[in-house]
Amino acid sequence: MSSSSTHDVYYVPAPSKWPVVGSTALFLLAIGFVSLLHFGKTQAYVLLAAGFATLTYMLFGWFGNVISESESGKYNAQVDASFRWSMGWFIFSEVMFFAAFFGALFYARQMSVPLLGDVDNQLLWPGFKPDWPSMGPYNATEFHPMSAWGLPAINTMLLLTSGVTVTWAHWAIKKNDRTQLVLGLAATVALGLIFLFCQMTEYGEAAFSLATGVYGATFFMLTGFHGFHVSLGTLMLIVILARSLKGHFTPEHHFAFEAVSWYWHFVDVVWLGLFVFVYWL
Amino acid sequence: MKKLRVIAGAIAASLPALALAGYDVNIPAPKTPISMQIYGLHMEILWVCLAIFVVVFGVMFYSLFAHRKSKGAVAANFHENHLVEVIWTLIPFVILAVIAFPATRTVLAMKDASNPDMTIKVTAYQWKWQYDYLNDGVKLYATLSTPRDQIGSPEEHGKITNEHYLLETDNNVVVPVGKKIRLLITANDVIHGWYVPQLGVNQYGIPGFIKDTWFQANEAGIYRGQCSQICGKEHGYMPIVVEAKSPEDYAAWVKEQKAKQAEAAQPADKVSMADTTAR
Amino acid sequence: MEAAHAHAHDDHHHAPAGIGRYFTTTNHKDIGSMYMWFSLIMFFVGGFMALVIRAELFQPGIQIVNPDVFNQLTTIHALVMIFGAVMPAFVGYANWQIPLMVGASDMAFARMNNWSFWLMPPAAALLVGSFLVPGGAAGSGWTLYPPLSIQGGISVDMTILAVHIMGASSIMGSINIITTILNMRAPGMTLMRMPMFVWTWLITAYLLIAVMPVLAGAVTMLLTDRHFGTHFFNAAGGGDPTMFMHIFWFFGHPEVYIMILPAFGIISHIIPTFARKPLFGYASMVYATASIALLSFIVWGHHMFTVGMPAAGNLFFMYATMLIAVPTGVKVFNWIATLWKGSITFETPMLFAIGFVSLFTIGGFSGLVLAVTPVDITLHNTYYVVAHFHYVLFSGAIFSIMGGAYYWLPKWTGHMYDETLGKVHFWLTAISFNITFFPQHFLGLAGMPRRIPDYAPQFTEFNQISSIGAFLLGFSQLLFLYVVIKCIRGGVKAEAKAWEGAEGLEWTVPSPAPYHTFETPPAFH
Ligand code: HEA
Ligand code: HEA
Ligand code: CUA
Ligand SMILES: [Cu+2]
Repeated sequence: MSSSSTHDVYYVPAPSKWPVVGSTALFLLAIGFVSLLHFGKTQAYVLLAAGFATLTYMLFGWFGNVISESESGKYNAQVDASFRWSMGWFIFSEVMFFAAFFGALFYARQMSVPLLGDVDNQLLWPGFKPDWPSMGPYNATEFHPMSAWGLPAINTMLLLTSGVTVTWAHWAIKKNDRTQLVLGLAATVALGLIFLFCQMTEYGEAAFSLATGVYGATFFMLTGFHGFHVSLGTLMLIVILARSLKGHFTPEHHFAFEAVSWYWHFVDVVWLGLFVFVYWL
Repeated sequence: MKKLRVIAGAIAASLPALALAGYDVNIPAPKTPISMQIYGLHMEILWVCLAIFVVVFGVMFYSLFAHRKSKGAVAANFHENHLVEVIWTLIPFVILAVIAFPATRTVLAMKDASNPDMTIKVTAYQWKWQYDYLNDGVKLYATLSTPRDQIGSPEEHGKITNEHYLLETDNNVVVPVGKKIRLLITANDVIHGWYVPQLGVNQYGIPGFIKDTWFQANEAGIYRGQCSQICGKEHGYMPIVVEAKSPEDYAAWVKEQKAKQAEAAQPADKVSMADTTAR
Repeated sequence: MEAAHAHAHDDHHHAPAGIGRYFTTTNHKDIGSMYMWFSLIMFFVGGFMALVIRAELFQPGIQIVNPDVFNQLTTIHALVMIFGAVMPAFVGYANWQIPLMVGASDMAFARMNNWSFWLMPPAAALLVGSFLVPGGAAGSGWTLYPPLSIQGGISVDMTILAVHIMGASSIMGSINIITTILNMRAPGMTLMRMPMFVWTWLITAYLLIAVMPVLAGAVTMLLTDRHFGTHFFNAAGGGDPTMFMHIFWFFGHPEVYIMILPAFGIISHIIPTFARKPLFGYASMVYATASIALLSFIVWGHHMFTVGMPAAGNLFFMYATMLIAVPTGVKVFNWIATLWKGSITFETPMLFAIGFVSLFTIGGFSGLVLAVTPVDITLHNTYYVVAHFHYVLFSGAIFSIMGGAYYWLPKWTGHMYDETLGKVHFWLTAISFNITFFPQHFLGLAGMPRRIPDYAPQFTEFNQISSIGAFLLGFSQLLFLYVVIKCIRGGVKAEAKAWEGAEGLEWTVPSPAPYHTFETPPAFH
């Protein structure tokens, strides 16, 4: 709530070029991507490369600004509260993004596949058996879905453990124990990287693809989107680790750290949903 | 022009009169049990809404008139009154319940396609309809029969002279009067909509899925409708014409169709659903 | 806007001079103004497309555009109006007004705020520019239903990416707005003492954060179905086109309330001001807004009564949809009770507000007619639906935007607008709006499908009336542009409290509002 206990002024940043740079980057990426899909590859790669370069430039510049503002003490308690609200709402938006894909999975399992196998649809798809996992009635063949009890179970352990290590780091930062902070963060980063490695291995071994009907589509969309989030989370953890090594953060003032750990826990919880609904049941 | 007169009359008359001024401003004459219920429901809701509108906006316009500053009105300073607020929450609720009741009956009736007298499978294509009479073995395609050169600038092609411009097909769907006809609707490329207002049917054809609905025409006649879901360039050009005939005439028609079919045993329609849906 | 101010603070930099400042600005007033200009431009672009549509529909036959281009115009008209005109206008108002209304020095994230805006022009370029690529723009209707949208060409991908970018912009904008509201209110301004506009935006921002990602998910699946071999929406692979509809409308229905809740907020300021009487039921207005928002998540199926859901599904969505009439009614009755025994004057904002209440209600009633499943069966995808949503969108959203513009122009520019021209603009708009869209009810009842470039002759007369109305309506808006420009360039000096009956913190700062306001939180009683 509005805290006016601090009588200092809410920090409003100076005019900044980063937003426009960021928009330019996204525009380049968008037209680059469209070109990749429809026109010459060279031209597309040039556009995409330019887009990524611009985006990277923007991210470094923008976050650089934020970090130096934070470190120079410009952010008072009220600004800190703003960051907390915003991170919470951002994570909510991500939850809803995943909800769309989970919705697709549930819909396919509960509605579309059973419907395709019902009496009336025998007219169109004679003999189709609506069992899950399914690749649909058109040229339905046997395929091996991903089992829950190999790599996925290991991955679950990895992520759960990483949730513990990041909490360990948090505990350390509050105690101002820099060594344990760095250790906890490093362990978390390592676990994240191992997770990603396992996920890549699993993809490599998968006996089906993105095009294996609605099973393949939902499987790769959900796990892929999650994997993308783990990658982002790991990157963010690396940044936090680097900042910790540089001596940033104090026991009272370390919201960047907390934001990343919230994000990491969120990615963790999503994985549990994936494990149950994509791999297990 | 008859219609212009109707419009002029309609505009001169008040809003309620409009609804009654003729079918030009209302749902076309319903011809099935379901569409009659729909018609009745619509009239009921229309009257309810008009009544609410008159009462609510009567109050508002009275207030705008009587409480003008230019007439020396001084603002009162009241706000919040729980009794009033509860009343104006409950009354709409009750009105809605009154509407919902008959509507529920109709929904259940229109969803009940059981025990049909005959079944027709309807397959939509870009941009034509295929009808398979599952009981009688008739199969036909229906496409727009308005000559192409009528579509286009009236300046170039002369006035549109065709009475049923855009609402006519080369092969009409013929059905017997008084029989419950179940439709199994699907599509072969994109989503289309089988829509004939007078029969009270509007059902999407979804590629790869069969959806069912039904109607029972109580009167012989020709009922016209159009594709109701955008399906590409010629979405405006895939009409539906249903011809309801007496059961005897229908039987004769079936015979005639069968004879035609035997003559030109069509070998070319082996294209299955899957071939076009799969990519 | 360059008024000197006493509390210059280190961190509050004076903007660089000239146009260049708008690229880098972190000032909520600059950003608000940019949003509003962007919106006005897009309104004209989208309106121009509507006029081409209406010109084509002036008589049966194909005269001006071929059927392909017609579908493209329909699609882009809707997307431009919704994402380019209405939403940015409300975000612009939020930017200008929320910090002023809650007594904050700026938005919570002033730099990100500028990014939210600057994402819009590239997205608009992708959207409108798609007319220029081979194959033309997307022609599947704004709902982008597969498989039709899967058949489309390059432009569909451009549209999808535009939607992604606009979604990102909306989410960032909403986070900013929510944070500003929750965290930056002046001391003493409890939640239940916030101005109504702030409340409606708080709830709208919540809706946006909840549903924009869902839309992003839907179009992402469309993209992978188009290019990467997935079968989300293809029966052959076990998917279902209906699934897209469910996901789309889970976004789509809350989206329509996103376009009307801030309108309710604006109207809830204008009516008390010109009735010189406080809003009748503040608390019930807040609860009604929240109820509408919550209900909006469970009614999406009313767009899908004809896809062949089971009876239970149809009934559930029918009941839920009908329920929304109750809290909306509470709003309408509150406005009328506010007028009752007021001391009413009819300045232009008030005219738009009264027009809003009466005409939006007509749109609400036609919505109720459509909510009744059996009736929707016969009206679905006809011009009745087109009439319904233009009543709620034009005489709803756009009327409130125009009313809001007249209401706050004095605060924004420091001048009173030309009252006579404003009134003329209102009457021209209100009359020609009804000429355009009222006859469409009759067309729909008679069975004229939407999204067709050519129609059966029996529909001719009403279409002609509608087209004539549309041109009147379109050209009347040029008057609005003129009034706005005239007001910016000069006019009677506006007082701090430009309207006799106006209440709220924004009326305590000078007109025009100085570049920086409330650098120290004001006292709020
Ligand atoms: C701002 C936008 C907006 C708003 C506010 C609404 C509000 C409502 N809409 Fe509408 N709607 C759209 C925008 C909007 N809609 C759009 C864009 C489409 C088409 C999308 C497309 O297909 O492209 C659409 C389509 C649409 C359909 C689908 C039609 C079809 O495709 O077949 C339905 C069906 O139920 C519907 C219903 C309603 C209802 C019940 C309300 C209610 O919220 C209205 C409530 C208001 C009132 C009822 C009036 C005031 C109340 C009183 C005075 C109280 C007393 C009243 C009674 C007791 C009756 N709308
Ligand atoms: C907020 C949303 C909004 C707004 C404001 C409008 C405004 C208008 N709309 Fe539209 N409309 C939609 C949202 C909106 N619409 C949606 C969602 C659809 C459904 C699309 C779909 O089916 O997928 C639709 C569809 C739609 C159709 C149906 C098309 C079809 O089914 O094929 C029609 C037809 O009459 C129409 C007409 C109009 C008209 C005449 C206006 C007028 O109000 C416009 C007024 C005109 C102006 C403001 C322009 C002024 C311009 C000039 C004076 C010319 C000068 C030009 C320049 C300077 C460039 N709209
Ligand atoms: Cu077929 Cu529209
Ligand atoms: Cu809706």
